[in-house]
Order: sequence, then C-alpha cells, then structure tokens
Amino acid sequence: MSPPDFSVIGRPLPRVDAWAKVTGDARYADDLVLPRMAYAKLLRSPHAHARIRGIDTARARALPGVYAVITGSDLPPVKFGILPVSQDEEALCRDKVRMVGDPVAAVAAVDEATAERACELIEVDYEPLPALMSIEQSLAHPEVRIHEYGDGPNVHKVVALQFGDVEAGFARADLVREDVFFYEGSTHLPLEQHAALAHWGPDGKLTLWTSTQTPHYVHRLLAKILDVPAAHIRVIAPAVGGGFGGKLDPFAHEIAACKLSQLTGRPVKIALTREEVFYVHRGRHPVLMWIKTGFTRQGDITACHLRTWLDGGAYGSYGVATTFYSGVINPVTYKIPVYRFEGARVFTNKPPCGPKRGHGTPQPRFALECQLDKAAEQLGLDPTEMRRRIAVEPFTKTANHLTVTTVGLVECIDRVVEASGWRRKWRGWRRDRTGEGPRRRGIGFACSAYLTGAGTAIYWNQMPHSGVVLRADRSGGVTIQCGATDIGQGSDSILAYLPAEILGIDPKDVHVQAADTSLAPVDLGSYSSRVTLMCGMAAIQAAERLKAVLAKAVAQKLEVGPGALVFRDRKVGVPGDWERAVSFSEAVELAESTYGVLAFAGSYAPPRRAGRYKGAGVGPSPCYSYTACVVELSVDEETGEVELHDVWVAHDVGRALNPLLVEGQVEGSVYMGIGEALMEAQVFRKGLHKTPSMLDYKSPTTLETPEIHTLLVETDDPEGPFGAKEAGQGPLLPVVPAIANAIYDAVGVRVDEVPIGPEKILRGLDLRRRGQPARVGPERVPAFRFREPLVVESAFGQPAEAVVARPFADPGVAGGRGA
Amino acid sequence: MKVRLSLTVNDEVHDVLVPVEKTLLEVLREDLGLTGTKHGCELGECGTCTVLVDGEPVLSCLALPVELEGRRITTVEGLARDGVLHPLQVAFVELGAAQCGYCTPGMLLTAAALLDRVVHPSRQQIREALAGNLCRCTGYTKILDAVELAARRRRAAGAECAP
Repeated sequence: MSPPDFSVIGRPLPRVDAWAKVTGDARYADDLVLPRMAYAKLLRSPHAHARIRGIDTARARALPGVYAVITGSDLPPVKFGILPVSQDEEALCRDKVRMVGDPVAAVAAVDEATAERACELIEVDYEPLPALMSIEQSLAHPEVRIHEYGDGPNVHKVVALQFGDVEAGFARADLVREDVFFYEGSTHLPLEQHAALAHWGPDGKLTLWTSTQTPHYVHRLLAKILDVPAAHIRVIAPAVGGGFGGKLDPFAHEIAACKLSQLTGRPVKIALTREEVFYVHRGRHPVLMWIKTGFTRQGDITACHLRTWLDGGAYGSYGVATTFYSGVINPVTYKIPVYRFEGARVFTNKPPCGPKRGHGTPQPRFALECQLDKAAEQLGLDPTEMRRRIAVEPFTKTANHLTVTTVGLVECIDRVVEASGWRRKWRGWRRDRTGEGPRRRGIGFACSAYLTGAGTAIYWNQMPHSGVVLRADRSGGVTIQCGATDIGQGSDSILAYLPAEILGIDPKDVHVQAADTSLAPVDLGSYSSRVTLMCGMAAIQAAERLKAVLAKAVAQKLEVGPGALVFRDRKVGVPGDWERAVSFSEAVELAESTYGVLAFAGSYAPPRRAGRYKGAGVGPSPCYSYTACVVELSVDEETGEVELHDVWVAHDVGRALNPLLVEGQVEGSVYMGIGEALMEAQVFRKGLHKTPSMLDYKSPTTLETPEIHTLLVETDDPEGPFGAKEAGQGPLLPVVPAIANAIYDAVGVRVDEVPIGPEKILRGLDLRRRGQPARVGPERVPAFRFREPLVVESAFGQPAEAVVARPFADPGVAGGRGA
Repeated sequence: MKVRLSLTVNDEVHDVLVPVEKTLLEVLREDLGLTGTKHGCELGECGTCTVLVDGEPVLSCLALPVELEGRRITTVEGLARDGVLHPLQVAFVELGAAQCGYCTPGMLLTAAALLDRVVHPSRQQIREALAGNLCRCTGYTKILDAVELAARRRRAAGAECAP
C-alpha cells in the first residue's frame, strides 16, 4: 500500500524499546530504587459512605521504623480533579469517605511491611452513612448527598442536545424502533499496578517518577494540590506497564508519596496492590441506554434519539467528557440526518469511573449496532449491506457539527465481508434451525468510528497540544524530546520513525527523550487516540525545519538548489549525482558551522472547527477512524457457553506508519472488546467490590481469545502524519455488538446487556421454549426527567471546509506529508 | 527470622540473608536487583512473575527461596546466552509481541520451557502453555505468532546441527 519511496514508513520495523522489553532492561516505576528510600502505604476506607469523626495516628507514629504519618489535614485544603469543572477529590479524605477504598491516611516507613503494620494501627472513627450503590438508589434518595455540587441531587452532569427536527424525522419513517440496553462497567486491569517514586530534594524541588499516561496533567495538578510552584516540579513517566485509560488521573498515592518525601527528607516509593488498583479504577462506566431510531424501508436512518444514564461512581474524574462521549460520536459512522441526545451521569458510592479504551463510546455503539441488526431483520435486509448503504459520506459534517474527513468504512465492510465468507456463512434472518445439534454456529457483524485525538485540551488554552524539540548533533545522531508517553502503544517508536523518514536516517540514529516535564515540550498525554497524530505532526514539522537548514548548507557545498537534494541512506545529495552526496553527519557539520546549534521545535494543535453551540467542544477531532467487524462463534444450547472461533476486523487507519504496531493495537482492542462482551464486570455487593482480584475478575486468557484476522485499510487522511489515523481504541468498539449479533444468529436469543454470560443465554433460550420473546436485558429506564434540550440546526451533509489552517503550521508546507 | 541462603540464579551463585517468609519474587527484585521479573498480583493469579526453576515455570510470587537452594533459577536476565538473544526474544522483537512489555518476561520464560519440552508445538499447545500468563495489550496474537516463529527457527537450527 505504501509508496515504495518510503524507507521507514509502512515497514514492519521493531519498536525502539523492543530489546529492552524482552531482556528485562525496561525500567518501570516500581523498578526504580534510590538511596535512603522509604516505602509508603495508604490506609483506605472500609466503608462505602461514612463521615470521618476523627483519626488517631499516635500508635502508628510510635511504631519503630515509621518515618511519617499523614492525614488530609497535612495537605493544603484544596479539592482537585482532572477536569476543571469537577474539582471534587481529596488525596486523603478529610470529612467523608465516599467508597470502599477511599484513602484516609498514609505512612512512610523503613519497609513496606512496617508501613502496612502502621496503617493497621491508625484508628479512624467513622459514622456510616447510607450507601447508594446504583443509579436508581442515588436518584431515589436525594436526601443522601454524595457530593454537594452537580446538576441535581447525586446527579453529576446532564447533557441535552438536539440537532434538527427529530419528530419530523420519526414521522417520515417506515419503521421506528425503541430499545433499551445495558452495558456493565469493567476495569482496565493493566498488568503493571500503579507505582510512584517521589523525591523532594533539599533544594525544595520535587521529582516524581510515576506510572502515568499523562505526566503533564499530573505536573499541573501537583502544583495545585501541594501548593508548590509548578516550575519546581518535574514529572517523569518511566516505562508504563499498560494504561488503557486507568493511569490518566492524578492519584492519592502519587500525592502522598510527594508529601511524605517532603516530610521525611527521603525518596519515597509507593506501589499499589492489585486490590487497590481495583479501587483506583476510573474504568468503563456502567451505562443504561434507551435508543429510538427511525428507518425507511431501504434501511436509511430518518432520525435518532439516544438517552444514556451513566453510573459514575464516587467522583467526577473524566465523567463530564464521558457523558458527552456517550452520545456525540454515534453520528460519525452513519448518515443520521437529525439527532437528539440526552445523557446523565449519576454519583454512586463506588470507585469512580472514567476513561477506558473507547471512552464512553463502546456503550452507545453496542446499543446502536444491536438495534440496527434488529431493524435489518424487520426490514429483511442483509445487515452488512444495510450498513454499507448508510455509511457516512467523506468530507461532510454530521448532524452535531462534527467534521468528517476521509471515510474508509465501505472498504472496511467489503474487506471483512469478503475475508470472513459472510455471504456464504450468513444464512438469512429466517434460517431453519431444525436438525442442528446443541452447539449452534452463528455469525455477527457491526461497525464503528472513533476520534483521532480530542480536538480540545482538558483545560482551555491556545497552546500546542503536542510539541517536540529536535536536535541534530555532529555524530549524525538526532535527539527528539517530546512529552508524549509510551504506555505500550509505541509512541516512542513513532517519534523515532518520522524524523528518520524525513531525514533519511535510521530510526536507531534517533534518540527519544519522552514523558519528562522538565526535559521535553508538553504533550497532553496518552488518551483519546491522539498521540501518533499530534506528536507525529509536531515531529514532522521539526524534522522539516531541520531538513531545510541541512539542505541549504549542503546545497551551497554541492552548488545545487536545495530543492534538488534527497535525504536517504544517511546521505544528502542529488539523485543523478549520488557519488557526490555528503554523509548525514557531514551535512550536520556543514549546517552547524553556518547556523550554530541545530535545534528545532515542532508544534501541533488541531484545526479549530468545533460547532458553535454550548457543549460542542467534546467530539471534534482532526479525523476519525472506521472499523468493521465480523465474529463467528458457537453457542452451546445446553450450557449457554459461547466459544469464539474467528474475528475479522478491518480498520481504516489512514496509513499504517508501522503495520506491526497497528496490527498490535487492533488485536489488543479486539481482545479487550471480547472481555467486555463475554465476561468482564466490575460489580459490587453490599458496598463491596465482588471481584477485586485477577482470579475473580474474569478476563480472557489465550484459551478464550480466538484467532483475530486484521485487515488494514488506508485512506491517506490529509489531517494525519503521512495520512495516519488512530488504531488504539476504535477497533474495540464493533467487537462487542458483533458478538451479541452473532449470538442471536446462533440461537435466536437477543441479549441486550453485556457481559453476556451463559446464564443470560440460558434465560433467553428458556423464554424461547416457553413461546415468549427471547430477549434478555433491561426492562425499564430510570424515572428521570431530562431538561429541555438545547436545539441547534442539524449540519448533516454540509460539505467539510477545505483543510483548514492549523495553528502553528508552517505556511506553504503540507504538514502531514513530509516534503 | 532471617535465613542465610545460597541461590543459583542465571548460573551465578548468590548468598543472601533474608526473612524466611520473603518470596522468590521479592528476593530477586529487592536483594539481587533482578527487576526484570515483574509483579502483577502477588497472589499467583496473573503469571507475570514467572521464572524457571530447573527449567520448569514457577510463579515466583508464591515460591519461597528457602526451598530453592541448589535449584537452577532462571530469570529473563538469564535468557540470553553469551550476549546472544534467545530465539524467543528475537521473535518477540521482530513480530512486535511486546507492547507495554510488562507481561513479556513471564511470557518468554513460560514459552522457553515449552520449547525445551516440545520441539514442534501446535498453536493449541502454545495457547495451553501460556494460558496462565495474562496479557492486556496484545490480544495474544503476536505472542502466539512469535512462539511459533521461534520454534520454527530452533528446529531449522537443530536440523543444521544434526548429523
């Protein structure tokens, strides 16, 4: 697919950190050790909701080996949160705990065991309060308030938006469906438990090494939380052992380690246990959904109205963004001319939910794709052909004013239909099941779209979303510094590949210094599938600036025009006269002799093209990825067990900068979708987490993960680096509904809630045998009145602006393409 | 109570003085500085801390060094020999089988034990051997591919050496 003239782009090269990772040389936060280091532990609440009447730390302080004990009163009295609108967290709770696992005190000691014993000696006087453990309970008990802020009693956030005349759209439909779905919460379960090492030096400067996806936001918030100038704080993310959204907030353990380091004058390390990671959470929101969609006989959508109720847990986290995301991305996939969306996030006394791979969009995706399947059956349409017909048009706007650029959805559909043998295997809606044994085979289909980076930062500003500094040295090596954080997705490799491609050197010649707030320009963090596009564009800009200066210097020596020069194989020269080409290191020397130190910056911010209405800031993205998925499985009618055979997934990645890395992202996304569809659930009983261990919290092993067939579709998007779009989240989305649709194809049971465990399938089969509708899922929606929506005209079908000028772009340079 | 132990790790003998209840995982990481062995749960549930004892995979978070004197312990730092990477390490690099890399040491060691036992493992045998090692990044696909590739290369190398 990739033009043959690329030397790095499109090639299946090893990751730059691959060797360190296969030899045990990669260093994660908990691998770091400093002289005189102390170990810390947190004391966490055993109550789901309680007032703190007092904390007595005297016995803990008296324990030999204890260096310091802190409670909330030892920290500045400020609340914080990742979003400026949700400042509702305390590192150590002062007056009240809102969930089992809320931290109330921290100890630093000579070793971990001593710190743990000291925690047990801390006496906390709790006055238990009623625990609200579900959306229904929280709405039914406004007299019990989890927080004192929000859009109503125990209601964190309400969104109500309407684009165009939805009722008129339903009126002209041949078929209108209303369905209710539930998507259970799940957690990220990164293999690395969060760990942090803080060193508050004698000069009053603080360094924090921490397993985070966003050193920049941690940096900003530590300054506020600790009341220390941000200029005196340095945050470094060492190798991070998986994130998936679970390491995107500032956490109590990080703050406690910093404060304890200040008080003890020692470096302090804290490492969470696996059980604590379940309490830290910030995972997938449980979401109840009602969706009403109108269709023509041919399968076109005339209007869509979606309502979502999100169980947010005890704190805000990213929840305001999640609430928007539970509605605003659906119109990016299909032609939805008019759209209404209402969402409400409700506080409960459970670990806070936040962003998990797909952030707020897998839930409505499940609802929409299962409903489309039901509508296709009623209309007698092949579900793949129906989706093909309604795929959104490239370079248009959606009803909710999002600008869509390239769309590879139709090609994705065609590729999975072909590869999976769909036309042969799908036996129509009214298939005859007589004569089949108890193991029924089924095939299912779904599609999706996802953003390539959030168009706006978490805090309002006009600065770059990603920046790099690129410096060439006389050795012929190039150093690139960028705040981007490699959590396993490969951003360090992207930072090496792109300058190497542009400068004609080997990726190994590029030294990557990333994820360090003192060393590198800001990159906002590894979330919203933004990193490859944004740090990639910044890296391209810096590399082009360096290349221009090198070309000028070499052109002078060779007495040719700079435009005639080619950078390739560590040489710079004219293709027809390659014998006279100079080595890259000589090119650097020539340029440095004339211009001095060769250091260049690159900056990227997304095009500013959000709609002009309140709430338009969540959803815009430089470009969107598209995915189509076919799942083939068997269901055992006697046990209700599902066995997955194959998953075919075609993903429009714009351009695969490295197909190995892209496939890895797709395969990992599919795997995580399988877990959410069939087994993963973060659920509670009597205020307690039911499964806070890796044995009890079921996730797919090698035995449950089927063969995954990845097909990459390239659309060469004008917004992306060399045309690339995201790959790390979108491919999760269609897997969950494709599995549900395949289960229906196999046994004729609609399970409208995930995870789909055997017991739900058996219940559906039992209903079928009794002649009742074989549908298992939520029966009703909460009694909650949404406020009147903000009504905006639909922008559906309007042409996208021609590629708009991006902030910080160099005039006359096609930023995404290289030269 | 502390005990003095002599442990053979990656063909080196180490004398350590450790509390009797300290796990092999802790001793490797904290006393011997072998931080390549990772911890994911410390309860024997995730396979991340897998090492080899006399060539067999063992969860180091559940193993007590006091029982391991005289046994041959191999960690990820001991997989490469004389500066040459193990075929599994090469295959993991080439095929992108390590993403975040945190499960990788445990995966490599479990797979190494399989390849020592089974020359021509089927994909299903590889799946079964690795079923106790969780990975959240890769969907296991590239890991299975890499183990297959390493097995093929080992067979080819073995065939070359055979008389």
